[in-house]
Amino acid sequence: MSAIQLPPISARRRRTDRIMRGLLLSGTVVALIPLVLIIYYLLYKGLGSWSGNFFTSDPNGSFFGNPGGIRSAILGTLEIIGLATAGAVPIGVAVALWLTEYGKQTRYANVVRYFIDVMTGVPSIVFGLFIYITLVISKVGGQGFTAWKGSVTVALLMLPIVIRSSEVVLDLVPGSLREAALALGAPRWRVIARVVLPTAAPGLVTGSLLAIARGMGETAPLLFTVSSATVLTGSLNGQMNTLPVQIFGDITSPKSAVVDRAWGAALTLVALIFILNLIARAVSRRSR
Amino acid sequence: VEAHAANGTGGGRAAFVRSPLHRLPDQVLRWGLGGLATAILVLIAYFFIRLIGQSGTAFNHFGISFVLGNDWDPSREIYKGLPLLIGTLITAGIALLIGVPVAVASALFVTELCPRRVRAPLGMLIDLLAAVPSVVYGLWGVFVLGPKLEPVEKLFGNALSFIPFIGDSASQIQPGNYFIAGLILAIMILPIVSAISREVLNTVPPEHKEAALALGATRWEMIRMAVLPYSRPGVTGGAMLGLGRAVGETIAVVLVIGDSENLGHHLFDQGYTLAAVIANEFGEAANDKLHSSALFAAGLVLFVLTLIVNVLARQFVTRGARGKRFGGDVGAATNAVAVAGPPV
Repeated sequence: MSAIQLPPISARRRRTDRIMRGLLLSGTVVALIPLVLIIYYLLYKGLGSWSGNFFTSDPNGSFFGNPGGIRSAILGTLEIIGLATAGAVPIGVAVALWLTEYGKQTRYANVVRYFIDVMTGVPSIVFGLFIYITLVISKVGGQGFTAWKGSVTVALLMLPIVIRSSEVVLDLVPGSLREAALALGAPRWRVIARVVLPTAAPGLVTGSLLAIARGMGETAPLLFTVSSATVLTGSLNGQMNTLPVQIFGDITSPKSAVVDRAWGAALTLVALIFILNLIARAVSRRSR
Repeated sequence: VEAHAANGTGGGRAAFVRSPLHRLPDQVLRWGLGGLATAILVLIAYFFIRLIGQSGTAFNHFGISFVLGNDWDPSREIYKGLPLLIGTLITAGIALLIGVPVAVASALFVTELCPRRVRAPLGMLIDLLAAVPSVVYGLWGVFVLGPKLEPVEKLFGNALSFIPFIGDSASQIQPGNYFIAGLILAIMILPIVSAISREVLNTVPPEHKEAALALGATRWEMIRMAVLPYSRPGVTGGAMLGLGRAVGETIAVVLVIGDSENLGHHLFDQGYTLAAVIANEFGEAANDKLHSSALFAAGLVLFVLTLIVNVLARQFVTRGARGKRFGGDVGAATNAVAVAGPPV
């Protein structure tokens, strides 16, 4: 006989416990249903259009027959995202470096952090308006809508993601590494270039890849800055086709072949984004 | 190091003193990086001022009735945006009503109830929802969710016809409506609210939970009495960040809300949101000064709205983090998730 006898849990309490656990489980199941359904329909409707010259032809606007594929859209998305990455990643990492190596917890650094956080809350369409007002209306570079203005917009959307994810990684670099290098007489810039950045590199890559994946699916900002085109163009100083904008246009088409193309393009876009996410995961796991 | 070396007076220390020329790269780097950070702030301020400038025409023309007047009609050149504002609030409200309970339930299940081994994969699956672009949500909403849900909406409208806003609607359900838009938004904010809630729930000190269990609480009682009170501010902040996202979402909404400039009469009626009207009318407004100014003004209202929501959300998150012994990293973790998105 034990000294302390806990009163048994009453049937009512046990029932409540079981019901609430059941509710929490069903909440989780409900949360996963949309994911399963979206992936199912993407595969079911999208794979069908992944045929023949889907990836090797451009939309041709022909009303009868084959409406064409998504070659120009894929290449356009890659070009615009590539340029945006070339801008956002170096600038983002630089600002994160300033925050961790110089700004630290000073009042000004915290102000910068705060506004960068606020920047993430700004809807992407508002960034589209910003660039539309400052660059498109005034026809900077001789053209109204151009691909590089889309890159600028997407870069602005990626920037806070790159900065904050880089900052987290740079903070993880042990202070003792920096101090060791400084004690050996290395100047700060050398410490940053030779010790801090290489140590944090895998994490920086992960953050950048996630930012790219986020930027790739943006539609609204591109509508305001790149507009759309159907033909394949290499020039960044002109309108360009992109996957999200083409999908957006195709959805409202009355032709079922065009709607099918939207499903195929959507599957392509989601596949690209998921692959980027997987690579990001793999990179961050290997660095551990 | 430089500072110490410069102050050093001993003969041996002179070896550590760098010449001004050698210190130059350091100064360049320091002020260059700092300048970059400042440039971003300046750029944002500049954008904001330009947006205010561009929307001036519309605000001068309509004054406060731009926000409070119920009449948006480009053909008569009248832009009073109450239907858009109400549409934004209704859809975002529906999104919160549906999305937050599901997100918090899933977060509680993942952190407190499910076996340790499935924890990470389950969280990752929910995070995957955030990787789906909004145009794909729109596509799915138009061709799958909308048509499949119509009978359900009919049933719902009939059963609840005694409630004013929901009722008298069963006979005239529109293919695109407030409810579908709200539901899509609920799915879209689910991963972010869930991820932030998981971060917050993970910071609840195990001592609190163990104490509750040791006193004879059941699992649910432990959640209700130890976990939820501790994490409430952080979860609230997460929900508000979700709200900010729902308010600003454009492409998915424009595809499924029906795009009607009149204020909808019931839950299943067509409507509009601030973001959707900008995306939809922007093409035709390009050569019309008043119309485009009205759209910029709508963008400004949207910007200010999301700014307020986000600032409040951050207040909640940091208040949740402060004053708590173990809560120091709630704010940091939540910020990281909110900014970088769920760690997929």
